[in-house]
Amino acid sequence: MSAQAKQENYLNAKHTVASWLFSLDHKRIALLYLLTILLFFVLGGIAAMLFRVELLTPGPAVMESETYNRLFTMHGITMIFFFLIPSIPAVLGNFLLPIMLGAKDLAFPRLNLASWYVFTFGGLLGLGAIIFGGVDTGWTFYTPYSSTYANSQVILAALGIFIAGFASIMTGLNFIVTIHKMRAPGLTWFRLPLFVWSHYATSIIIILGTPVVAITILLVAIERIFEVGIFDPALGGDPVLFQHLFWFYSHPAVYIMILPGMGVISEIIACFSRKRIFGYPVVALSSLAIAILGFFVWGHHMFVSSQSMYAGMIFSILSFLVAIPSAIKVFNWVATMYGGSVKLDTPMLYALGFLGLFIIGGLTGLFLATMAVNVHVHDTYFVVAHFHYVMVGGMVMAFFGGLHFWWPKITGKLFPELLGRITVVIIFIGFNLTFFPQFIVGYLGMPRRYHIYPEEFQFLHVLSTAGASVLAIGYMLMAVYLLYSLVLGPKASRNPWKAAGLEWTTPSPPPTHNFSEPPVVKFEAYAYDEEEVYQDDAEPGDKGHG
Amino acid sequence: MKMPLAFLPEQASTLARDVDMLYLFLIGVSMFFTILIGGLIIYFVIRYRRRSDADRPAPLHGNKLLEVVWTTIPLVLVMIMFFWGAAVFYKQFRPPADAMEILVTGKQWMWKMQHPSGRSEINDLHVPLGRPVKLTMTSEDVIHSFYIPAFRAKMDVVPGRYTSLWFEPTKEGSFHLFCAEYCGAEHSLMKGWVHVLPEDEYEEWARGEDPDLAELTPVEAGERLFTELGCLACHNPASGTMGPDMTGLYMSNVELDDGRTVVADEEYIRQSILEPMAKVTKGYQPIMPTYRGQLDETQLMQIIAYIRSLGTE
Ligand code: HEC
Ligand SMILES: [Cu+2]
Ligand SMILES: [Cu+2]
Repeated sequence: MSAQAKQENYLNAKHTVASWLFSLDHKRIALLYLLTILLFFVLGGIAAMLFRVELLTPGPAVMESETYNRLFTMHGITMIFFFLIPSIPAVLGNFLLPIMLGAKDLAFPRLNLASWYVFTFGGLLGLGAIIFGGVDTGWTFYTPYSSTYANSQVILAALGIFIAGFASIMTGLNFIVTIHKMRAPGLTWFRLPLFVWSHYATSIIIILGTPVVAITILLVAIERIFEVGIFDPALGGDPVLFQHLFWFYSHPAVYIMILPGMGVISEIIACFSRKRIFGYPVVALSSLAIAILGFFVWGHHMFVSSQSMYAGMIFSILSFLVAIPSAIKVFNWVATMYGGSVKLDTPMLYALGFLGLFIIGGLTGLFLATMAVNVHVHDTYFVVAHFHYVMVGGMVMAFFGGLHFWWPKITGKLFPELLGRITVVIIFIGFNLTFFPQFIVGYLGMPRRYHIYPEEFQFLHVLSTAGASVLAIGYMLMAVYLLYSLVLGPKASRNPWKAAGLEWTTPSPPPTHNFSEPPVVKFEAYAYDEEEVYQDDAEPGDKGHG
Repeated sequence: MKMPLAFLPEQASTLARDVDMLYLFLIGVSMFFTILIGGLIIYFVIRYRRRSDADRPAPLHGNKLLEVVWTTIPLVLVMIMFFWGAAVFYKQFRPPADAMEILVTGKQWMWKMQHPSGRSEINDLHVPLGRPVKLTMTSEDVIHSFYIPAFRAKMDVVPGRYTSLWFEPTKEGSFHLFCAEYCGAEHSLMKGWVHVLPEDEYEEWARGEDPDLAELTPVEAGERLFTELGCLACHNPASGTMGPDMTGLYMSNVELDDGRTVVADEEYIRQSILEPMAKVTKGYQPIMPTYRGQLDETQLMQIIAYIRSLGTE
């Protein structure tokens, strides 16, 4: 223990502010990202809390419609573009990918640092849009409302998203090159952890999709500033064209958000079942299948947009097909536990929470792909509930599950396990109480983005707000004990969960160059049948590498 | 605070039941899988709980047969969902030929409806019981969406285009009408009621309280506009061939001077009036002036209604 405490690691190597702000170390950059996106998570959360309070009553209570509209827009934009999209890739991916590959850093450390600056700059513009009056278009920016009619900071927000998009592209590019070029000796493609596979698939989507949304958003700004007819029919444009371009990115963006989460879940389930992920190659390749198929289903957001009926049918059938790889993953995760040695530590509870919520999110996705039902529930709370089950129930659960799983590695500290478990349960209950009633109120006909609503929907809205409060308490509790752990938590050993994977063979926190000597990989991923995997505090280098 | 007693909204149109049946089927499938997977997870967690830190479970790499089974079963199920959903959607999308047509224009933040009798109303829509009704809709400004939950009917209302929505009410009463597409500050106030009346009461309502003040029907209003705006100066077969004859134009194939052939549907006619230079009919000089800015969407729909009344190919 004492020998380890004296060891130099990436956290205590240098102490100046500049050593953080100009660091080329992927681990430090990951932490810069973490702080930045948590700021946006808090902002988006506050906005959500405010409008949930407003929705306690059917009439206007504490705010005007203009304010309400700005709040849900702020919630959507910050949560999607400035929290969810970068969350797992830019934080956990950034931190872990090189270590999992046995590399010293990403392929382009400077590009990595630049991406954080670019992202932060985009985020500041987004913040500016909020401070200077807010945006009221919804995160979807539908034209011609956003391009001609909206009287708010559309351009600033659009610019912020446009710029943040470049940060995504830089990260995606960096990941792809790193995975191709920097794998340790012996680390073949089918020995890669599934976390790496899912980041590979995500990076492909990012690189192919992000330019499209960037250009689309730019076109909105161009139409607004120069009154060139692109989307506004009064200027000779086509408003539905915008929807095609927007969803061409924004549907795959759903997978940008969920695939990395799936990668995290694979790592956690394998570790806490002490099993290789069942059907590993199928799970790995299904990520690629999702990445590719995901580009051909955007029209399922447009069944009632005046898109032709036959186009609708094609998008519908493809949407059903893209559901299959996700279903396969779920079955494989469950089968992984079969015959395993299952332990319900905090990260595993997050993973099981993820499974439960993602199953509901995924199945309700089938409702939406079914055209006849979609006609009725499109643009209602049913859709709101569905994507929160996938994005919050899925991705946010995975993000926090991953944060807990790798917390000892990242910070070198342990967190209070019991509090961790209690918090997962609170979050799980709060989440379901918030969003399950929204399926019901949605099918009953409650449209989304409604400030004022018919009285008969009030009861379900009250339940939702109650749930949101429970959820908020859960998140706050987590913030408290994680901060406590950071300062006063007991020191973490090298491999506290007894997990397989290169990241657990190096000290916690890792040294600046990740490994004292370049690792050689001898086993496939999740080799929980190899005794070496269970090594904990051995000095680096004296027991093989696994 | 009222408690909702049902989890399905009222069924007040011929298609509401079809949609709900499908919805219940989907709920059934979902419950089955949620319980199955949830049950398995709970069972595995208990059955295979870690008893000692020295547990080293035997490795298991996968099972081809299982993989095939759990790929095929979902595949079959989703195909059933697709075909069933598409079949009902097809009905939702195709108005019966004898449907009564009501013109709807949306604008921030109100709905304006005009009935075949000429009577107009705002944010309320009166319709006869048991008769198919087709709404032809467009928007004056941004995208809106016309949504009647009790009919399970919804369609976006798009500026610069005509969209349509149809339903056949099966229940008397008043039902919510919502704008479902976010359209700005008062989006949540862009709502109203659909009133389903027995056929005879509807007829009476449609004639208006005072027959002397009765409004022009859309066709009559369109004919009047056609004369007032000077369309007749060029489009009058009796007095020359400056412009093409409108008789039989609707849904006919029109040859353009650039060699293309287009179908003269509502959108083509609308474009011919607003942007005459965009598609010039073969054999004519491009002399028609644009009427952009002189007509609102309701008047445009009335002119189109008039041209349609002149016959179809
Ligand atoms: C100055 C003469 C003139 C006036 C006035 C005029 N038009 Fe035209 N219109 C034409 C000519 C010439 C064409 C054929 C060339 C073209 O397509 O532009 C035409 C084409 C059309 C077409 C397409 C017909 C087809 O066969 O493809 C429609 C519809 C039409 N006009 C409607 C109207 C309406 C409605 C008005 C009044 C609001 C109007 N026009 C006023 C000259 C005129
Ligand atoms: Cu989608
Ligand atoms: Cu609206």
